[in-house]
Amino acid sequence: MNRLTTSILALALTAMGASAALGQDAEDQPKPARQSWSFSGLFGTYDQAQLQRGFQVYKEVCSNCHRLSIPFRTLADPNGPAYSEAQVKALAASYQIVNDEPNDKGEIFKRAGTPADIFPPPDAYPNSQAAAAAFGKAPPDMWLLAKARKYERGFPWFVFDALPFDQYQEMGADYIYAILNGYTKSGDAQWNAYYPGHRIAMPQPIVDGAVAYTDGTPAKLDNYARDVAAFLSWASEPTLDTRKKIGFRVMIFLFALAILLYLTKKRIWSKLH
Amino acid sequence: MSGTPSYVPKSAIGKWFESRLPIMGLVHSSFVAFPVPRNLNYLWTFGAILAFMLGAQIVTGVILAMHYVPSATEAFASVEHIMRDVNFGWLIRYLHTNGASMFFFAVYVHMFRGIYYGSYKAPREVLWILGVIIYLLMMATAFMGYVLPWGSMSFAGATVITNLFTAIPLVGTGVAHWLWGGYAVGDPTLNRFFSLHYLLPFMIAGVVGLHIWALHVSGQNNPEGVEVKDVERDTVAFTPYATIKDLFGVSVFLIVYAWFVFYIPTYLLDADNSVQANPLVTPAHIVPEWYLLPFYAILRAIPNKLVGVVALGAAIVLLAFLPWLDTSSVKSGKYRPVFRVFFWLFVACCVGLGYLGSQEVSDTATLIARILALGYFGFLLVVLPLLGVFEKTKPLPASIADAVLAKTKPAEAVAPPASH
Repeated sequence: MNRLTTSILALALTAMGASAALGQDAEDQPKPARQSWSFSGLFGTYDQAQLQRGFQVYKEVCSNCHRLSIPFRTLADPNGPAYSEAQVKALAASYQIVNDEPNDKGEIFKRAGTPADIFPPPDAYPNSQAAAAAFGKAPPDMWLLAKARKYERGFPWFVFDALPFDQYQEMGADYIYAILNGYTKSGDAQWNAYYPGHRIAMPQPIVDGAVAYTDGTPAKLDNYARDVAAFLSWASEPTLDTRKKIGFRVMIFLFALAILLYLTKKRIWSKLH
Repeated sequence: MSGTPSYVPKSAIGKWFESRLPIMGLVHSSFVAFPVPRNLNYLWTFGAILAFMLGAQIVTGVILAMHYVPSATEAFASVEHIMRDVNFGWLIRYLHTNGASMFFFAVYVHMFRGIYYGSYKAPREVLWILGVIIYLLMMATAFMGYVLPWGSMSFAGATVITNLFTAIPLVGTGVAHWLWGGYAVGDPTLNRFFSLHYLLPFMIAGVVGLHIWALHVSGQNNPEGVEVKDVERDTVAFTPYATIKDLFGVSVFLIVYAWFVFYIPTYLLDADNSVQANPLVTPAHIVPEWYLLPFYAILRAIPNKLVGVVALGAAIVLLAFLPWLDTSSVKSGKYRPVFRVFFWLFVACCVGLGYLGSQEVSDTATLIARILALGYFGFLLVVLPLLGVFEKTKPLPASIADAVLAKTKPAEAVAPPASH
């Protein structure tokens, strides 16, 4: 055991030396700060009211440029925003969808959306080329955005991130929150403290008061950023609640199984000596 | 070991069947009566863990293949369809992606255990080489599986790895075009990777069969590295002793596996793979999965592409020659004080290379990677051959039973009393 400890220590020191030697050039590139989220940790679940606020921010602001390729029906997900069936139906109907098949005259036509439809692309940018022409870069589809953004944590932090009780899995949400709060240079709408290289194609999208919340939450940029980051986390990982619930039962079962197997093993081997 | 018929069927139908196909006798002699050294530690449960992981990967993979669409335009969306719309699809997919990592984690423990205890030495050379073949097949399978979701890192990885073949003089470009089924990684590449990703696991299963067969001919090595002398004193029956110990090992391993699947399922996934592949947009920082990082670091450490590819191949192929590179007649690192130090340095080189493989290229990183790559090859090509000549090893125990008894009753059993 002693030898093992020494070896592990030696490995850790080697790695730490290497990471110190490599960890330069991060001077003026701050890393997003870790925020507290309702869906982090062993028993984390999404906060329904927060997801609804986040959706409101998406719908009123982000959706002008960003697509969200999820079906309307998922907004009724009881582990998600949990809108009522009627609300989802009304929401879907407020969109005009290009029908997949032409009508019997052979014409492509538009119709009102149904809950089974996927959110259509923004009116202004029906395809990513149109958006790229306007911004120099196409605004990404937001359905997986929270999973598609991470940042380097560096040694030894990335080790702790995997361990129980620390379990840092919300980097995507922190990144989105940080970017929305990162427009700190007045007079330059495309300067962002957290974007690599500080030059971001998206001009500051949202400021205090841009969205009127109906549940009394202050209409502040900080809340918008937090709520929309939570909503996008749900959009990219809608099964998180179920996963953690099942996971806890699986863990209890496996620990019990391992203990019983250990006792059986001890018993069987004790007959040997 | 399977020659002696230890199994006697009791029922008439059992006798009738056994005289026509003695499969129950084979199972009995291999997994029930098979003698196992009594001093095996928990590192030896990783064989069973690996067998379990192969089964788990095949079962989850077969289910995923029922819902996955191997098409450049639909693959990415079909994976998200599995994650969102298929009942428990998220569970099956997370079991499979994290299962690949758990499989490699277990195989690395298994391999380093083999090196530390000299398990590749006579009479287990063929057993070891079969293991290296399994490892190669695993890498090919994992690489092709990683391409299937058609994320941007999948695409970049497929491009980087298949481009290695262009380093071959004269025919390189032709070989690469042949692998791609076109002039770049595209739809035909994805389809053949899917086909091979489904085929290779069954080839692995076949070689695993040979691996276990070879194991049952030579018997298991053990922490003392001395061969079984007296089956009565030195060994125990596979069932129940090894079976229950393996089951306990698997159950502990499952706890770690479940932790990844249920609580940190995307920890090992690259964020760029949640962006659909786009041949026009390459990720800023191309990295393979963690289990291939040391080899990636060796590849990048060498400025010449062809030499780099050769070094990458040699880093793996040399492992097959370990039985002859290691000239020491003593198997276990327990009795090799100098080997032990170099062994841990070798492990440190592998881990260090892995870390560097994940970092962006810089002068310092390349320099350190070169030193560590020298350490990697130095261990295999210089240290191991020389240690056999110069190392002063510790005295070996007379038998496995003696070593076990010395541990439990140190007062009486520290070898015979010194002569006067």
